[in-house]
Amino acid sequence: MADNENCFVGENNTGHIWDADLRELSNPPPRWWTIAFWISMGWVVVYAILYPMIPYGQEATKGVLGWTQMKEYHQGMAEIEAVRAPFEERIAQMSAAEILADDGLASYVVASSKVLYGDFCSACHGSGGMGGPGYPVLADDEWLWGGTIEAVVTSITNGRRGVMTAHGKILNDEEINSLAQSVIARDVASNPLYMSKGCIACHGMDGGGMAILGAPSLVDTIYRFLPEEGETQLESVKYTIRHGVNDPSDPNTREAEMPAFRDRLSESDIKKLAVYVHRMGGGQ
Amino acid sequence: MSDKQNQEKVISDLYAEAEQWHINTGEETIHAKRVPGRWRTLKWLLASSWLLFFLGPYLRWGDRQAVLFDIPNRQFHLFGATILPQDLWMLSLLLLFFAILLAVATAIAGRIYCGFFCFQTVWTDLYTWIEERLEGPPQKRRKLQQAPWDATKIRTKVIKHSLWLLIALLTGISFVAWFVDAFTLWGSLFSLTVGTTALFFIALFTVGTYLLAGFMREQACFWLCPYARIQGVMLDKSTTLPTYDFHRGEPRGRMLKGKPQEGKGDCVDCNQCVAVCPTGVDIRQGQQEGCIMCALCIDACDAVMEKVHLPKGLIRFESLDQLEGREERPMHRRPRVWIYSAILAISLLGIGYGLSTLDAIEVKVLHNRTPLFVPLSDGSIRNGYTIKILNKVSEDLETTLTVSGPPGIELSGAEEPIHAQNGQVSSRAVFVTIPREALTGESTPIHFQAEAIREEGTLLVSQRSSIFFGPPR
Repeated sequence: MADNENCFVGENNTGHIWDADLRELSNPPPRWWTIAFWISMGWVVVYAILYPMIPYGQEATKGVLGWTQMKEYHQGMAEIEAVRAPFEERIAQMSAAEILADDGLASYVVASSKVLYGDFCSACHGSGGMGGPGYPVLADDEWLWGGTIEAVVTSITNGRRGVMTAHGKILNDEEINSLAQSVIARDVASNPLYMSKGCIACHGMDGGGMAILGAPSLVDTIYRFLPEEGETQLESVKYTIRHGVNDPSDPNTREAEMPAFRDRLSESDIKKLAVYVHRMGGGQ
Repeated sequence: MSDKQNQEKVISDLYAEAEQWHINTGEETIHAKRVPGRWRTLKWLLASSWLLFFLGPYLRWGDRQAVLFDIPNRQFHLFGATILPQDLWMLSLLLLFFAILLAVATAIAGRIYCGFFCFQTVWTDLYTWIEERLEGPPQKRRKLQQAPWDATKIRTKVIKHSLWLLIALLTGISFVAWFVDAFTLWGSLFSLTVGTTALFFIALFTVGTYLLAGFMREQACFWLCPYARIQGVMLDKSTTLPTYDFHRGEPRGRMLKGKPQEGKGDCVDCNQCVAVCPTGVDIRQGQQEGCIMCALCIDACDAVMEKVHLPKGLIRFESLDQLEGREERPMHRRPRVWIYSAILAISLLGIGYGLSTLDAIEVKVLHNRTPLFVPLSDGSIRNGYTIKILNKVSEDLETTLTVSGPPGIELSGAEEPIHAQNGQVSSRAVFVTIPREALTGESTPIHFQAEAIREEGTLLVSQRSSIFFGPPR
């Protein structure tokens, strides 16, 4: 091939010619492209000197700037902490009630505690406080243990564990049915069984509940335990009366416990969560 | 000197400036001759509207700059009006308006924007005017270009470039003064506390102006400017533009001893039209890419025609149709003109509508998603909303919020008026409660209304509809 005489004078071929006219042409890229290419190559060298780049085994060259991703991350976090510090300082010194009363600080808490709530609360109580199967709604105005800011702080700090005796052995089916009907009708006080069977001790004279014991109101429209799939509300109420709540003597008792967060969250975090929950709309 | 001798001298001087036409790609500096005339005067007059660019930032409106494009705070102040990013659709209409204005002007009268108003040609004109004051007319300037560097040449050049740089610097500062408070800017310039962004843009415009108007000049129009090329295709045969009347002018020929020669046209081939051209083109070659339609060749030709006692207007504003003796199409028979005009009118109407209905406050309602609704202990249903109030007036407002909907609807969280900072969006979380029996379906329309009273007593109102969700019935 190379022996062939190059009879295409003036053409930009490489001199590689086959079958007299089949030839390899040379089309160099434009000058600006070549320049940009060499500048890029130069930058690669500069970059390799400045930044970590060339791996060897588990390690890599460090680069003279000493840059690492973790350093950059910590710097970024430090910047955020610096912005938050004045707020956090005040939160540490104030009570939850004082934070709630301070509009600016409460807005900061609501804006910044979403992650905290998501990590520690939303698994049971739902991302917007809408509750879950067997877990109370935080956004409504019905509170088992009181909806004041102090009560919410106590609930988070120490946890809550309400108890209701399983009445399956004490009451016959007819009595259970009668009481359950009264609960559904939101009129327990007129049922003589309500007083004679001792419900009144925890749920109050009028059935309005007792926050100090975590006993819910029986006369409002919100039920502590909602019916399961295929169950009516009446059946659900009967089940609660029969098996109670957290009664160790009944293996089928309803379980309902709020764990204590005293050891898992800082005081500031508990205050922030209390304000966050209070601001969901149900706080008293 | 006798009249005749004088005339001869004038003519021989004219021919001395004769040059061959060719495309200049920057190897030759165009030294255009300056000839007085009515187009020259008009060019100065229109160019002087650029003084607004230099003086505009110092206009005040109340306690602030009258026209301020405040980018860091995301608001534009236009005298009494404050335009926020939410109103930016008007800016697109404004850009459309100017784009079409360029198109319609080009369709009717060619590249008059280039010739009379474009900052590139206006600044170049100013720079070359300074050059002529300092270095003299074109022949002297060319001579100086080749002269050795002696004290006089150095002094002249130093003064010239200093003046150019001064104008460039003023241009840069004036540009930046539209974006930050002008007086504060000057203060920070003198106290050397000016910010890096401002400094960067001042430097950019200083260098840009100096290079473009001082050195690039017509080369920017030839090879850099996209509008020059776009406008080139907007011309048609009915477009009026500076035209050499070749019927009358050709065959051109030099005039000898002031006598018109038999069989020759009116063009005396004095090349004055070329000598005065700021882009160095020969208009007698016909319409071409280099022509910015500044009409300075018309002034030059008219002056010569006067001297040689021939009728003026050998070069004049005329369409190709007119020149060829065809009937001129009236404006309404030219689709470009009326389609462009229609777009102009629509964009103007849009801007007018936008500016006249510029709400002083604007309420936006976001429905909380988790949970969509909360049943309350008394059986009513509650929905949460985030209310955002945009305040576009120049003072803070205390906004009261009300809601209307089914009977028994109640609003909580808005008992205190919402403090809306000027130029900002202020938000408030509110709850709306409706008795369950008043709800007819899973979703019910409700209406929010925000009201505020300005200091001077005007009532501002903004309304927004939203949806109230409830349990399935």
